[in-house]
Amino acid sequence: MTEAPLYGLMAEFDNPTDLVQACKASYAAGYRRMDAYSPYPLEEAADAIGFHKTRVPLVVLCGGILGGTFAYLLQYWINVFSYPLNIGGRPLHSWPAFIVPTFELTILFAGIAAVVGMLGLNGLPQPYHPVFNNPRFSAATKDRFFLCIEAADPQFDRIQTQRFMESFNPRDVSEVAD
Amino acid sequence: METSPESNATPVLERLLPDQPAVLGPGHTMGTVTDKITAIVLRRPMTLGWLGGFVIAFTMLNMLVLAVGYLFFKGVGIWGINIPVGWGFAIINFVWWVGIGHAGTLISAILLLLKQNWRNSINRFAEAMTLFAVACAGMFPLIHTGRPWLAYWLFPYPSSMGVWPQFRSPLVWDVFAVSTYATISALFWFIGLIPDLATFRDQAKNPWTKRIYGLLSMGWRGSARHWKRYESAYLLLAGLATPLVLSVHTVVSFDFAIAIVPGWHTTIFPPYFVAGAIYSGFAMVLVLAIPIRKFYGVEDMITLRHLDNSAKVMLATGLIVAYGYSMEAFFAYYSGNFWERFMFLNRATGPMSWAYVLLILFNILIPQLLWFRKVRMSPPMLFMVSVVVLVGMWLERFVIVVVSLTRDFLPSSWGTYTATRWDYMTFLGTLGLFFTAMLLFVRVMPSITIFEMRTMLPESKVQEEVAAHD
Repeated sequence: MTEAPLYGLMAEFDNPTDLVQACKASYAAGYRRMDAYSPYPLEEAADAIGFHKTRVPLVVLCGGILGGTFAYLLQYWINVFSYPLNIGGRPLHSWPAFIVPTFELTILFAGIAAVVGMLGLNGLPQPYHPVFNNPRFSAATKDRFFLCIEAADPQFDRIQTQRFMESFNPRDVSEVAD
Repeated sequence: METSPESNATPVLERLLPDQPAVLGPGHTMGTVTDKITAIVLRRPMTLGWLGGFVIAFTMLNMLVLAVGYLFFKGVGIWGINIPVGWGFAIINFVWWVGIGHAGTLISAILLLLKQNWRNSINRFAEAMTLFAVACAGMFPLIHTGRPWLAYWLFPYPSSMGVWPQFRSPLVWDVFAVSTYATISALFWFIGLIPDLATFRDQAKNPWTKRIYGLLSMGWRGSARHWKRYESAYLLLAGLATPLVLSVHTVVSFDFAIAIVPGWHTTIFPPYFVAGAIYSGFAMVLVLAIPIRKFYGVEDMITLRHLDNSAKVMLATGLIVAYGYSMEAFFAYYSGNFWERFMFLNRATGPMSWAYVLLILFNILIPQLLWFRKVRMSPPMLFMVSVVVLVGMWLERFVIVVVSLTRDFLPSSWGTYTATRWDYMTFLGTLGLFFTAMLLFVRVMPSITIFEMRTMLPESKVQEEVAAHD
């Protein structure tokens, strides 16, 4: 059992308060390579493991700027250079008419950036992950909360860390095979 | 954020008036919420009622295939359109379906930003409704061109013909608005589904079911880092969808607002089209929610409170629509414009005045019943009013599209319009497509957002005070 490569140790809790307490304590004890798992978004857990900022908004902003610029320049180029149409002597660069497609493509690109950016930064889709090796983990999408300290953490010690995690009074602490 | 120091035994998330129904029935925990919603798909056998509904809807869908197949074979001449009425049922149905789609995005995006938690149990199927309604809507602009296989000409791409779409035309704006709306709605819906699909993956017993949901959930595991990015992306999508949903029907209304035919030349259209869209959308939400909550026994999750709130939204938007109608009449009188006045008199007293009279009855008079709490609290009554509103909103588009076009400036170019059986078959066929898709959706996807229901439970909150474990 101990010979098999170990991904980490996983503690199971039945309420969010215990999970957040455990996360805070682990962070304070110096652990960094860890993750909390909950069946719904738990802002406090992310904060407790020291994950405060996401780059998703930046990706979305870039997507929006790209979409808007692309749409406007495309229309400008088409109407002024590629295919100029003189309709009643109106200016070729009739910008008010270009606003609608510019707006729509800004939203479109920003929205796609939000989805692709979120999935990309999360490393999804990911068909395999060691945490699923814990048979109890299927409850993480129902009503249980998990904290996993990874073996890759420099402070990780098979015995010490298990003892440390058991001090939180979890329902269970188990090994996660890699 | 207000954290009240109440004991966690009393499930109170909101202050209720004495006889106000709650958003979530009492006695639920994270486990029961999960079980109840997953059971609808994973454990419940197919019922005769579902099968009956599916057979009817699927038959209607086949009628659509037939009608559209014959259309492609013969051309748009099989429809009732003519000169001057070049836009008949196809565009009426397009506007009607796009309008219905609006409620889904309104519920999922705008109510999210306004922190209306009650939306959590109806947003999922409202989003699905949006998606299918937009799919029905999107068909019409394609098939009404007569040569749908050339529909890609609408998009700007470097073609060997050397021509480009006319970006000064609202018809091209429409292409951008509707295709963006369809894409963003689909993304919003799918992103919302990922955590629930992961729940399905973990709750499913059948290995193939597990595999399919596992594939769809993309390996979601509920990591705190993932949730943080997820929430950020979801909120941003909501923020993007909010102006989008208001823009879509505005752009659709430009098709009518910036033309010069009397009745298609008015500045009031954008706001009243948007209000009308939300009006009909909420009517469709109720038409779907009332049977779903009854047949699937989720009356404690989609409660009377949801019906009440939706009815209030309908009442408010219905009044905006009524204001729009009265302003049209007022402009006709006050502008002193001969054509405007004639247009209005023709609507109200001309050969197709039956449509206008029914429109006022269905869209303005009957929905005033919603002022009464008794009506808002009675699902059957609410269902009837919603159906009436849906018919009324269809008639509104009929009056705008058809009645306006039959009376141009010159009597020599006047005409009339009669829909053919192919028009009716196509329209009923899209209803078949819509309900087939909805029925399949209810059977294979979580129709209520499970993870958001969990956040509505008191046990989901982190207790700050608790420090020691005894």
